[in-house]
Amino acid sequence: MAVTSVTPGADLRSLDVAAMLKEAGATAVVVFALTIGLVAFKTLDVPGGIGIETRFADVAMCMALAFFGRIALVLLREHRPYPVMAVALTFAIILTASLLSGQIFGPAAEAQMKMFLPFKAVIVSWIICVLAWSFAIRAAILMRHQGVSVLRDEREAMMDRVGAAVQRYSRFLGPALLAFAIVFPLLPFVDRRFLDLGILALTYIMLGWGLNIVVGLAGLLDLGYVAFYAVGAYSYALLATHFELSFWICLPFAGIMAAFAGLLLGFPVLRLRGDYLAIVTLGFGEMVRIILLNWYEFTNGPDGIGGIARPSFFGIPFKRNAPEGTETFHQMFGLEYSTLHKFVFLYFVILTLGLITNLFTIRIRKLPVGRAWEALREDEIACRSLGINPRNTKLTAFAIGAMFAGFAGSFFATRQTFISPESFVFLESAIILGIVVLGGFGSQVGVVLATGILIVLPELIRELHQYRMLAFGAVMVLIMLWRPSGLLAHREPTIKLGQGDKRGGEP
Amino acid sequence: MSAGPALLTIDHLTMQFGGLVAVDDVSLAAKDSEITAIIGPNGAGKTTMFNCLTGFYKPSVGRMLLDHPNRPFYLERMEGFRIASHAGVARTFQNIRLFPKMSVLENLIVAQHNKLMRASGFTVYGLFGLRGYRSAEGEAVELAKYWLDRIDLTAKADWDAESLPYGDQRRLEIARAMCTEPVLLCLDEPAAGLNPRESAGLNELLLFIRDEHKIGVLLIEHDMKVVMAIADHIVVLDYGRKISDGTADEVRRDPAVIRAYLGEEEEDST
Repeated sequence: MAVTSVTPGADLRSLDVAAMLKEAGATAVVVFALTIGLVAFKTLDVPGGIGIETRFADVAMCMALAFFGRIALVLLREHRPYPVMAVALTFAIILTASLLSGQIFGPAAEAQMKMFLPFKAVIVSWIICVLAWSFAIRAAILMRHQGVSVLRDEREAMMDRVGAAVQRYSRFLGPALLAFAIVFPLLPFVDRRFLDLGILALTYIMLGWGLNIVVGLAGLLDLGYVAFYAVGAYSYALLATHFELSFWICLPFAGIMAAFAGLLLGFPVLRLRGDYLAIVTLGFGEMVRIILLNWYEFTNGPDGIGGIARPSFFGIPFKRNAPEGTETFHQMFGLEYSTLHKFVFLYFVILTLGLITNLFTIRIRKLPVGRAWEALREDEIACRSLGINPRNTKLTAFAIGAMFAGFAGSFFATRQTFISPESFVFLESAIILGIVVLGGFGSQVGVVLATGILIVLPELIRELHQYRMLAFGAVMVLIMLWRPSGLLAHREPTIKLGQGDKRGGEP
Repeated sequence: MSAGPALLTIDHLTMQFGGLVAVDDVSLAAKDSEITAIIGPNGAGKTTMFNCLTGFYKPSVGRMLLDHPNRPFYLERMEGFRIASHAGVARTFQNIRLFPKMSVLENLIVAQHNKLMRASGFTVYGLFGLRGYRSAEGEAVELAKYWLDRIDLTAKADWDAESLPYGDQRRLEIARAMCTEPVLLCLDEPAAGLNPRESAGLNELLLFIRDEHKIGVLLIEHDMKVVMAIADHIVVLDYGRKISDGTADEVRRDPAVIRAYLGEEEEDST
């Protein structure tokens, strides 16, 4: 392994304890100055005026944490990972266990474990917990590299190898994930909540895959992706409520309408790139939402559209009692009636739609359009000089990406049975883009992983739910610092000659 | 060399940017199976002329007629990408413009986009993996292999284009332009930054393209060794005007050229 940083062999022996303590002490003093005003005094409403609650214990705790945190940083800097590892790991495990005790052992255990938490506010404990884990991880990395810090380039290369390995094993990983996804609703412990979570996750995975076409392949940064999702949802809702068409007939229509919306957005932004394109797409997303909000006669405005039909099992409804002369799903298959059937079916619908998106993307990457998209992302001028029509190529990317959002949107409408412009705010676009960015541009498995981190995890850990956006921001900042191309970003050529040297980069 | 009719005829080409006349009333002709070099000091308007020719600029005045085997094209009336896809004019760039994150082979396959697009039934057949498309892709790979052999990059075909050394990138860009199967190849300073050995290899490649593929080559170059060694016909520009036109020997002796390159004092550079 090519490590270029010099190991200071002699320095490793001598650690300047006094300097270390001085540095840590200085940090503690700074923390004291910062917290004495902000944390130590809290105004309270008491009968007859305002009282002050003092929280000096919290200030002391902050200072202690800062003091030891600084010592840990210094130790890491001086290549002494072992004490940091031991302390950070213990701390992290205790904190995690205390925080999760309520989830696992019930409220009684939770109350007992709460005494281990340094602060009353759960979110603060979570942040400290994450910091402790990150210290432990840094120490572990240092230990593995024998006290030599990992260089930035090397880390990039390492992560790229991870991405490459995931892609190589995706031949097995993909089917394994798929098999899990298929048996998931049939597992005994899966109840309504898990099923809903599965449906939600799959919807986001599908949206992430769809947006990956536009952002990952064609390199067109789209901040208004939710607009197409909305167009799809409203197309289905309006068609279903006004003309009583079934889900399966409306689905392609919704896709086509969304694709048209994609073309509509595509034309004016043909000449824009990068930041400018992002701004315009963001505006487009808001425009669609505001139109939905204000065009009362057509969309029912903020009241939304309710009573949208659920999909039937190819014409057979999921009802307890069938109308005269027809059969319902459970009667036909001789099952006990259960409300869960409906949701299991919805789950499989979105699983199928997601799979179609995935297969389509994998396929189209190897076709001339897909390659032209990637070439356009790399260099538009070179594309023109090779006779590739940049206009058509961009428009197909917008339209196809939008089409999948349209499919997902009409699924969303049928699952919710009620839609309103509330569901299509900018935040949704940001989350979908966040999934693509975190997972890694162009990485299919990365989208699944990122959905797990950004959607499933906050749903599972309820305490975190209200701080979801905080965590979301933190994750985004970290990924930008640590690995801007995304967790599993790795590009495998779409076609290989397979002779001669191994792939480039390393001579 | 061959004395057929001109492949490309440029008449009174003028390109103005506001008050600046970058190319001023230049007329020239380039033939099939010939290397026509365009030389001149910095800022003489050579690259601007290329940009007009390949549709990146619309010329202010002038006509550019390309005598394509299928039918003649007036290049000044065509949209940029059509000049490459329909008229068969391919170009390279002064600062290399490869697709850096795509592999060497992919770079060459992307160049055959239009052909493959038709074969894939504009994606519809291709999506279902029909045989027509697969065989077309096989042919595209064969053509790419042919050029990879030519430029000695077969062993690095699966590398990312950005990881190639500079000289390889230059050659790859030429090969990519050739994969569009052009009738006229425009090269903007292909020898810039090459060492003498790479430069000699480039000469060989250009002569091969001229002799085996019988297409016209238009070459902007500063390296006089390259120009004098391979150009059949040289056009000299200075301050946007054409100051000389002829074979290497004629141009070398032209007093106007010597003045432009070396100042007033006359001196024979060879």
